[in-house]
This record gives sequence, structure tokens and C-alpha cells, in this order.
Amino acid sequence: MTFLGHLVTGLSLGAIYAIIALGYTMVYGIAKMLNFAHGDVIMVGAFVCFTVVSSLELPPVLGIILAVILCTVLGIIIERLAYKPLRQAPSLAVLITAIGVSYLLQNGAQLIWGASPKSFPSMFNFGGENGISLFDGQLNISYVAIITVSVCIIIMIALTLFTEKTRMGKAMRACSEDKAAAQLMGVNVNQTISVTFAIGSALAAVAGVLMCSAYPALSPTTGSLPGIKAFTAAVFGGIGSIPGALLGGILLGLIETFTKAYITTDLSDAIVFAVLIVVLLVKPSGLLGKYVPEKV
Amino acid sequence: MKTLNAKQKTSLNGFINYGIIIVAYVIMQLLLAGDALSNKMQSLLVPVCCYIVMAISLNLTVGILGELSLGHAGFMSLGAFSGIITAAALANVMPNPILRLVIAIVVGAVIGAIGGAVIGIPVLRLRGDYLAIVTLAFGEIIKNIINVLYIGIDSEGLHIATKEANLELLEDGIAIVKGPMGAVGVTKLATFTVGAVLIIITLIVVQNLVNSRSGRAILAIRDNRIAAESVGISATKYKMMAFVTSAAIAGAAGALFGLNYSSTTAAKFDFNTSILILVFVVLGGLGNIRGSIIAAALLYILPEMLRSFNITEYRMLIYAVILIIVMLVGNNSQIKSLFGKIIPKKKGESVNG
Repeated sequence: MTFLGHLVTGLSLGAIYAIIALGYTMVYGIAKMLNFAHGDVIMVGAFVCFTVVSSLELPPVLGIILAVILCTVLGIIIERLAYKPLRQAPSLAVLITAIGVSYLLQNGAQLIWGASPKSFPSMFNFGGENGISLFDGQLNISYVAIITVSVCIIIMIALTLFTEKTRMGKAMRACSEDKAAAQLMGVNVNQTISVTFAIGSALAAVAGVLMCSAYPALSPTTGSLPGIKAFTAAVFGGIGSIPGALLGGILLGLIETFTKAYITTDLSDAIVFAVLIVVLLVKPSGLLGKYVPEKV
Repeated sequence: MKTLNAKQKTSLNGFINYGIIIVAYVIMQLLLAGDALSNKMQSLLVPVCCYIVMAISLNLTVGILGELSLGHAGFMSLGAFSGIITAAALANVMPNPILRLVIAIVVGAVIGAIGGAVIGIPVLRLRGDYLAIVTLAFGEIIKNIINVLYIGIDSEGLHIATKEANLELLEDGIAIVKGPMGAVGVTKLATFTVGAVLIIITLIVVQNLVNSRSGRAILAIRDNRIAAESVGISATKYKMMAFVTSAAIAGAAGALFGLNYSSTTAAKFDFNTSILILVFVVLGGLGNIRGSIIAAALLYILPEMLRSFNITEYRMLIYAVILIIVMLVGNNSQIKSLFGKIIPKKKGESVNG
């Protein structure tokens, strides 16, 4: 029974990583940049939801919707002001700018909401219960876990359909393969990149709310470590690949939870990263990534 | 001959770097003698030296070898803790603090180099962003492992355990590293003079490496690995050479840094520290050693200077904005061409200033 309990925890943690990793992987696939500010967009999303639900005492649904809208706008603004002028610049310049944006968001949030950790309201209570218990109370599954996993699956299906079936999705795939050629074929590259950032940031908001519902401590640096781990998950699954992000996220969540449960809590991060290194050594472009041979 | 040839130019460039450090050192010593430095600024002198050395060492990996490393603070951490342990172990044998500090720095460099070799062998097979993420992972692993280690010393020698109770120290023993609390009760040995000497040694090592036959091979690999391999340059060998040198220097800087504080935790050398050093390197200019020195010194002091303007709350916000603006302005083609008109471009600028 405890095994099943850990499995559920691992799956829901993995689903959160997967949703964050999706944001990384989509932006990387199209803009070829590591968006280090992504983790901090998660934090902003969680804070917006926290303000709406806790301080303004409005219904949680409104909080989630507002968080998604504000983060989407934030993502587009960041892309316009900070990343768009650097389209032609070397990738390291973009990386440093992303780090600058990350510092800006963290310190901005600290000014607005303060540095002390806030306790995130529990939003997923139905009928006074925060979960369902099975097998005579031996196994408790929280509603947050169920919702997280279902949201993750829904997002994954929606995104796959979006990139496969719609015009914008086609444009995205074209941009990720060859920006110049896509432009020649009449794809509006700038608009496509903006839409990608918007989707990534909206996903970050969802992930932020879900993550803080499951682990309810919220501070301006809440987003950084999950951000790094989700980035690892994206690389693990093969960066640029949507199913890869799902696989990487879920595996990372499971490995982390099982390590904590059965091996050691202190070294769980080290083990997670060690597994990543081993995987990359065996498959240098991640589990589902495409291997692109270098051309002379 | 009116103009300097390329070789003279590179050696002149190198001498300017030594000159800058020596002049800066003399000025600081004069200011110290004249009591013109606030306590806060005095306490920054050694860390600035450490970060300058770190920036030069990371520049060797990122700018000269051309591989992005996001875990450089991990080597600093290795150096810091091995240096602290060495200094503590030698406390009774060697009364001279400077000698102990030098030995600690050498041990830090050796441990850093070993770490670099262990990490470099698997990591350097990967390319680009994958290499970056693996260095990040290694940095986190080193931090995590040091976080659970308990190291103590007594008359029987070193004791290492993962729990404080398992250390089993004799009565004369002391615990040096205490897991998440880090190293405590460290005797502060670091001095500004040793820091300045360490920078000079780093410069000698890096500049001579870059201007040697091996250095040219490293630059060739950076510019085009396939072309370099096709003329018989072993990419693995030279990559390892640059990476291990870089890690050794970082270890030395770490030892100096660790011995500058009475306590040090593994969390000090996290991802943010790696990024901070990377920022110095990128803002100073990739492959430009003088740029790294200046950027590290200015940017390390900048947040502290902002502290004195009574805007503590906005300090890091301003830092972030400056960072973004510098990157945007520096890479704006219109502004670049404007500057290009004002300052005519020097011919044959070498990348290894």
C-alpha cells in the first residue's frame, strides 16, 4: 500500500515537472534558447493565484484564470522586451538576459509580496475532504494529485493536437526546423515565437498553482529549483520533444519520490541528477530526442 | 618597425593584465594604509580576488574552449572544503599561517583538478546545451554530497561519515565539516596579498596556455572541431587539458574563498554562484581575459555599492535591470554600428587579450 502511495505522489510530482518541462521544451524547440526565467513565471503565477484567493477572497477558479492570463501577458512582454531584440545575438547573450529576467522577476516579487514564505491556500477541497481514501483508509489520494495528473494528460493531448492539426502548430514545427525557410514560406516567425512564449507561460501558471497546492510554501524563490529540475526533465526526455517532456517529467518525479522513500532523503537530488547524467551518456540527445549528426 | 607584430602584441596584452593587477594591488594597499577603505570594502578584497580567479578560469572553459559550463561553482566548492580540511589538519604541524594557506590552496587545486578530470571524461563527450545541463547536474551533485558529509579530525587522522554520531572522534578531535551546517570554526587564513598573487599565477598559467601550441589547438577546436580533428588535433586531449586546468584554478580560488570566512556551507556554491561567474565572463567578453578581470571586480562590488545608496530593497532589481540593458545594448546592431563609426575598429584584434 505504501508503494502505491509513493507511486501516486511520484506521478503527481512528475506531472508538475512535465507541465513545467513542456514550457521549456517548446520555447527551446522554437527559439533555441534556454529560458531560465521560466521557473520564475511559475512563481509569479502562484503568487497571483495566492493574492486572488487569500487576500481578495475570491473563488479559486477566478484565481487560476487570472494567474493564467497574467502569466501569458507577462510571457509575451518578456519575449518582446528582452528576447526579441536578441534574435540575432549569440546564444550566451540570450542566456544571460534570461538570467537577468529571472533575477528581475524574483526581486520584483520580493518587493511586491515580501521575502517571507506564504502558506498557499488549499483550493481543492470537495465536501470538506481533501482527498479520497481507499482500502479502508490505507491509501489516501489527494484531490490535488488527481487533478494534477488529469490536467497534465489533458494539456499533453491538447498540445499534441495543437501542434499536429492547427495552422499555428504547423508554423511552430516549421520554425523549429528552419526559421529562414519557414519565413520564406510565409510563416510569421515573430508571431509564432510570441505564441510559443504565451503558451509556455500559461502552462507555467497552471504548474505554479498545482505545485503550490501540493507543496503549499510560497516565496519569491519557489520557482527556481523546480525550474531547474523541470529543465533537467526536458533534457532527460529529449529537449524540443513534447512527448519527451512528459516522459522525462514523470520519470524524474518517480525517481525523486522513490529515492526519498526507499533510499535516502538527503541525497535524492544527487541521485536524480546522476540518473540524468547516465542517461545522457548512453543517449546523448535524451530519451526521445532526435539525433542530429554534425555536418562539416 | 612601426607596428607590433602579432606575437609581440599578445605578450604586450598579457603584460598589461599583470600591470593592472599589480597597480590595483598597490592602490588598494595604499588605501588600506591610509585607512580610506570602509570595513565593508576591506572585507570584499579577498572575495573579489577569488571571483576574478574564478572568472578567468571559467573564461578558459567557456570563452577559449567554447563549452558552456553551468556548474563551475562545484569545483570552487571542492576546493573550498578540501582547503579548509587541509588547513585544519595542518594546524598543529605547521604554525606558519601563510604556508598553511599556500598548501591548502595547492590541495584545493589538486582536488579541483581531480574533480575536473572525473567530470570531464564523461561530460566532454556531449555537446552544446547537453554539456551545459550535465555540468549543472554535477554542480548540484557536489553540493548535495557535501551537504550530507561529516568530516572530523583527531590524532588518529581524518574521519568521514554521513551522520554526526558516526564520526567517532577521540577526545582531542574536532569536527570540521558538519553536514548541512557546512564547515564551522574555520581559522581565517586568507589575505589580500595571497589573493593578488593567486590572480597573477592564474594569469601566468592561462595566458601561457592560450599562447602555446596547445592553446592554439584549443582555439582551433572551439572554432571548428571537425576541421581541427581533420588536421590531427585530438579534441578529447585538448578539451580535457583546458577543462582540468580550469577546474584546478577554480579549486585554488575555492580554497582561498573558504579560508576567508569562519564558516562555509555547500549552499554557498550553488547554481546561482555558477551563474554569477558566468555573468562576469559573458559581460567581460568571451575569451577576453582582461574583460573577465574587470567585469568580475566591478560586478562583484556593484551590488555592495548599491547597498550604500540606501536603496537596499531595489538593489538586486537594479542589478537585474543593468544586466538586461547591458546585454540588449551590447548586442544591438544599430548601437554597434554607431560605436563602430566613432571608434575605428582595431585591425587584427586578438581574442586572447
